[in-house]
Amino acid sequence: MNQDKLETFTLDGQPIPFSAGQTIIQAAMAAGVYIPHLCFHPEFKPHGSCKLCTVKVNGRQTASCTYFAQANLVVESNITELNDERRALLQMLFVEGNHFCPSCEKSGDCQLQATAYELKMMSPHFDHFFPDRPVDATHPDYLLDFNRCILCSLCVRASRDVDGKAVFALSGRGINSHLIVNAESGNLVDTDFSSTDKAAHICPVGVILKKRVGFAVPIGQRRFDAQPISAQPLSKEDV
Amino acid sequence: MSELDKFAPSPLTPLPQVGEGNEVKKLKVATTSLAGCFGCHMSFLDIDERLLELVKLVEFDRSPLTDIKHCGPCDIGIIEGGLCNAENVHVLREFRANCKILIALGACAVNGGLPAQRNHLSLATILEEVYHAQHGLVDGFIPNDPELPLPLDRVHPIHEVVKVDYFIPGCPPSGDAIWKVLTDLLAGREPELGHGLIHYD
Amino acid sequence: MASQIHAAYLDPILTRYQHNPHHLLQILREAQEYFGYIHTDAMGYLSQQLSLPRAKIAGVAGFYSFLSDRPQGEYRVLFSDNITDRMLGSVDLMTQFCAQLWVEAGKVSEDGLLSVATTSCTGLCDQGPAMLVNNIAINRLTPERTTAIAELIRERVPVSAWPALFFAIEDNIQRKDILLNGEFQSGTALAALLQCGDEAILREIQVSKLRGRGGAGFSTGKKWEFCRDAQGDAHYVVCNADEGEPGTFKDRVLLNRYADQVFEGMTLCARVIGAKLGFLYLRGEYRYLLAHLQVVLQQRRSQNLLGKSILGQADFDFDIDIHLGAGAYVCGEESALIESLEGKRGTPRNRPPFPVTNGYLNQPTVVNNVETFAAASLIALKGGEWYASIGTAVSSGTKILSVSGDCARPGLYEYPFGVTVGQVLADCGAQDTQAVQISGASGICLAPAEFNRQIAFEDIPTAGALMVFDQSRDMFEVARNFVHFFAHESCGFCTPCRVGTSLLANMMDKLAQGHGSPYDFAEIEKLNTLLQSTSHCGLGHAACNPVLDTIAKFRPAYQKRLIHHEFVPAFDLDHALLQARQMTGRDDSGAHLERSDESR
Repeated sequence: MNQDKLETFTLDGQPIPFSAGQTIIQAAMAAGVYIPHLCFHPEFKPHGSCKLCTVKVNGRQTASCTYFAQANLVVESNITELNDERRALLQMLFVEGNHFCPSCEKSGDCQLQATAYELKMMSPHFDHFFPDRPVDATHPDYLLDFNRCILCSLCVRASRDVDGKAVFALSGRGINSHLIVNAESGNLVDTDFSSTDKAAHICPVGVILKKRVGFAVPIGQRRFDAQPISAQPLSKEDV
Repeated sequence: MSELDKFAPSPLTPLPQVGEGNEVKKLKVATTSLAGCFGCHMSFLDIDERLLELVKLVEFDRSPLTDIKHCGPCDIGIIEGGLCNAENVHVLREFRANCKILIALGACAVNGGLPAQRNHLSLATILEEVYHAQHGLVDGFIPNDPELPLPLDRVHPIHEVVKVDYFIPGCPPSGDAIWKVLTDLLAGREPELGHGLIHYD
Repeated sequence: MASQIHAAYLDPILTRYQHNPHHLLQILREAQEYFGYIHTDAMGYLSQQLSLPRAKIAGVAGFYSFLSDRPQGEYRVLFSDNITDRMLGSVDLMTQFCAQLWVEAGKVSEDGLLSVATTSCTGLCDQGPAMLVNNIAINRLTPERTTAIAELIRERVPVSAWPALFFAIEDNIQRKDILLNGEFQSGTALAALLQCGDEAILREIQVSKLRGRGGAGFSTGKKWEFCRDAQGDAHYVVCNADEGEPGTFKDRVLLNRYADQVFEGMTLCARVIGAKLGFLYLRGEYRYLLAHLQVVLQQRRSQNLLGKSILGQADFDFDIDIHLGAGAYVCGEESALIESLEGKRGTPRNRPPFPVTNGYLNQPTVVNNVETFAAASLIALKGGEWYASIGTAVSSGTKILSVSGDCARPGLYEYPFGVTVGQVLADCGAQDTQAVQISGASGICLAPAEFNRQIAFEDIPTAGALMVFDQSRDMFEVARNFVHFFAHESCGFCTPCRVGTSLLANMMDKLAQGHGSPYDFAEIEKLNTLLQSTSHCGLGHAACNPVLDTIAKFRPAYQKRLIHHEFVPAFDLDHALLQARQMTGRDDSGAHLERSDESR
């Protein structure tokens, strides 16, 4: 299809072409423009829960991952007002769980952390909840550290929609929402989880970790050491 | 709704500008480590030969560098470490009361860091485990000398107890990051850390 | 072996629900009712029988307040915790009750006899304080009644043998108009329908300008028409009786006394949109109404007003199932309600698409309020023009208000739209009124200068809650109660609401505990803005309303909480040393931290 035949909307003044059925964030990513996001993943049906991708569409705020692109929409994203709000949402995620980056194997490769760098989050701002969350080390090859869960449900979706399993699910409500696994014991080892599952490789933070490979990449060479997340709107696994 | 700063950092407290007027008045800087490991101070020393440049602009008050025991009126206070016990609280309050600008330096000051990893356990459990229950202890007892500061039931980052003006995250923050924030402040600029300088690990 | 115990009671339940996984919530609710909690073996058995992953079942069970995966007391006592219950002394009553039975609130007694906790508004604000015992409502708690209940529990008297007086829920209708005057005869609206045809009935509904009574006020005629025109394998009618908005109780009365009229309205809708099946989604707090409603449905079936070939029309089949909620306010949001109906966690969906095209089982679905369906029956009977002539130009008909709080005559008041708040206050015998909270926690709070405002979509739209606060009330505490309500009821799906409502509750607690400064005030305002602009659904958007309104209109109530000039911590530092003092036996001056006033 001829590129200039595609309809467009504007994102921070820049025309973004889109095809029918694309959401704003999908069209933006295809055009190489970064909109902060955590629960969105190009391979999965939009979820709309983290709200990091909130943009202004014709002046009204909405999640760009669930809003379908339409011709001539005026979309604002990279503006102070929205970035301030996104930073506050990140701060909420940081105080809600226990995110101790220095001891986390995912550090440097973590979307939550990289997004917080991108939005210049210098402090957690709010008072910490310091919740008591478990670590599940029962599986021989994988570790689950629930302290870092941001409830994006990507693992739930990956297990269900790609792996045809139901290894992960959300339980609880409100601030007590939490990730559970599909076993009477509550332990990963008693599920049908496998290291070849999509769900094993989808976690944007440091909850689902492969054992014995931690800290393999030296500091300085990790994914987000090289370039900020905004410079890599499509990650290697995304394309 | 009032005109609020949203979630932006707090507005810059004006500092006397170096070189203003005829005489060069040095800014006073105090530093301390609370529930930290002094790693951030070590990192501070990593600004290397720039320390010589720095001491032309600032004078150190209370700091491990000077061994001054109490903090007098200062322009900038730099706090490493979080709050783990009563003494940490006293020192932090002393800094807040005396420093125009307070900076949280490093992960422990910013979010509690490693010491805060005890927060999911009750203090009673911890003290029991360490002084009573641990294997090999005979007639263990929990130290109760009034000289010793009592531990708080939870470790807190410093912004939960006093107002903090600036944060430099990192475990530790690099010497370059510390240098950048200090020089920005000394120049009257809003400190900003770019890619690579802002990190949490 | 263990699972046989559970199979014994689960099998009949499963059979009744045809082993349909979409009825998971109903199955769990009945399992909980029978066994007292959802045992892990029960979960395993259900997983196998329904071919559902265990984690999914656990996730659903974990969402709803009335379901539990660990043992509860034999007697599960829940004190209603709406602000109106508190104003009538519920906090002291619960303290007294716990002391009498040596049980700690929020826990199960050591002998397993009972558990005591609070629950969100139970819809008995006109006759509170209220409680639920094993999901059955008890009203008008007094120290005497509470003591008697404690005694009955101690003697292990089954709830079914308790004095009937305890369960005598009153209708408390104080003012009747067209809907409540009780002229409606069952079957008459359906007869009118068959006489003039469903196209004509839809037209009458449209001419009547009837708008949804849940508060949002969408045109009922349009909704029915959109749904009718939407393509689907089946169409569904859902009656939203999940009235969880604190201070609302009109559906309780409508279903207790006017259920026929409501069911008839649903049947009309079914005919118009071509639905064969409808649901009444009844909030779990109204469990005690279930038997009565089943009787009404059965009567209607025997009168040929429900079921196959209604009133002899070969192509008119429609029946109604009752689904119960299980303690989740968010399920009042229509898409969350549909998720719940499908046996899932009550998380609001991304919209669009809307339920009229993609509702229950992704099929076109009308979701209307109880009062809307009741009004529809009346319109079918008396005509759209007649209805449109009542009320105001854009808000036709009447509105039922649930009045509670500081007034002489709490209860239901039906008025033509356009009535002023002042008129309602005069009628209910409110004196010395400081404030009126309309539409519950998510609504708006009015100060006396606004009492001339009207109940109408063009001025104050409402589902009907009207809570009155006299001059003796502390409006900060009112807002704090509502903020805690939202934190408890947030579904947890989106970041701002999940974390923000809890942060907001903590900040309000900080002010209440005397740690407030202008800093916190600014923080609350910032959080309010964030929640309003980024939350996923109305719950998050509205969570700040009580605070914003009371800050704007009752600022002195907040001002007096801003005790400190500068920021102080949210917690008491000296108290933070208490455990260490206890462990070391120290009490010297170094073992204490003074309040931080002297710090900046």
